[in-house]
Amino acid sequence: MLLSRDFVCEQAVELASDYLEGALSRRERRRFERHLAGCPHCTEYLGQMRETIRLTGRLLPEDLSPQMQAAFSELYRRWRAELPADKT
Amino acid sequence: MSTIALPRLSSRRTLAPVDADAPLLLARLRAGDEAAFVGLVATHHDAMLRLASTFVSSRAVAEEVVQDTWLAVVRGIERFEGRSSLRTWLLTILVNRARSAGTREARSVPIADAGPAVDRSRFDASGHWSSPPEHWVEDAENRLGAAALATLIRDALAELPARQRAVIALHDVDGLRAAEVCEILSLTPSNQRVLLHRGRSHLRQALESALGEND
Ligand SMILES: [Zn+2]
Repeated sequence: MLLSRDFVCEQAVELASDYLEGALSRRERRRFERHLAGCPHCTEYLGQMRETIRLTGRLLPEDLSPQMQAAFSELYRRWRAELPADKT
Repeated sequence: MSTIALPRLSSRRTLAPVDADAPLLLARLRAGDEAAFVGLVATHHDAMLRLASTFVSSRAVAEEVVQDTWLAVVRGIERFEGRSSLRTWLLTILVNRARSAGTREARSVPIADAGPAVDRSRFDASGHWSSPPEHWVEDAENRLGAAALATLIRDALAELPARQRAVIALHDVDGLRAAEVCEILSLTPSNQRVLLHRGRSHLRQALESALGEND
């Protein structure tokens, strides 16, 4: 085992998204997982990144306000009015 | 602020229903189905507004960009060939409109997209944690409540530099695939991941700071 080629924590945290997105090479992935196996703090960090992503993905869209809905209906009618008759 | 605009958290990811129905939807739009159009707008509006806001400086201008985009969409609907998904097509038009909105100057200065994911001061000289992450993962929602958590994440998102915010909005909020995000924002895959990582790192830190204070 070549310790000099293993990641330290500061390097490991930079690879968290590449790891989660499946963008690490096989070798990098193994090194990353080897670091995690021996490092509870980076394991915690990775768990927090996962939770951050999960919570961000649960933001609900803001509803379209009635004013915006009316504006879009109007926009659509304007477009319909522009169309040449043979296309409708 | 009306209750409509209050940020909430859903119990599951809400992905816009896309593409499976695209041909039918297009046929309805071409046939003059106003309800189909407003439904399409409602489905994509939030994602479009969020993305537009990363290019322009005010909500009002962002709303203009979105309206402008829909006009371009309905006018160009005959040219939509289904080579990309309808959503990718919409968002690509939006980005072009937003870029040329002329109000981008204030936000176009690239701000610190580089920089460490975790503040340097939390590691010792050898690169190991000296101030390790505090534990908060399992009880975030119990401690803060879903509404407060959503507000916290929205606020932290708003603090991000524009490109990071755009990538997080598309990838982590709206659930687009990395390839779609790259296409819409003209990013290389590795650049996209760098921005994603910076953005997530900021959100993670915001959560850690808030939940740490509650101890
Ligand atoms: Zn570590």
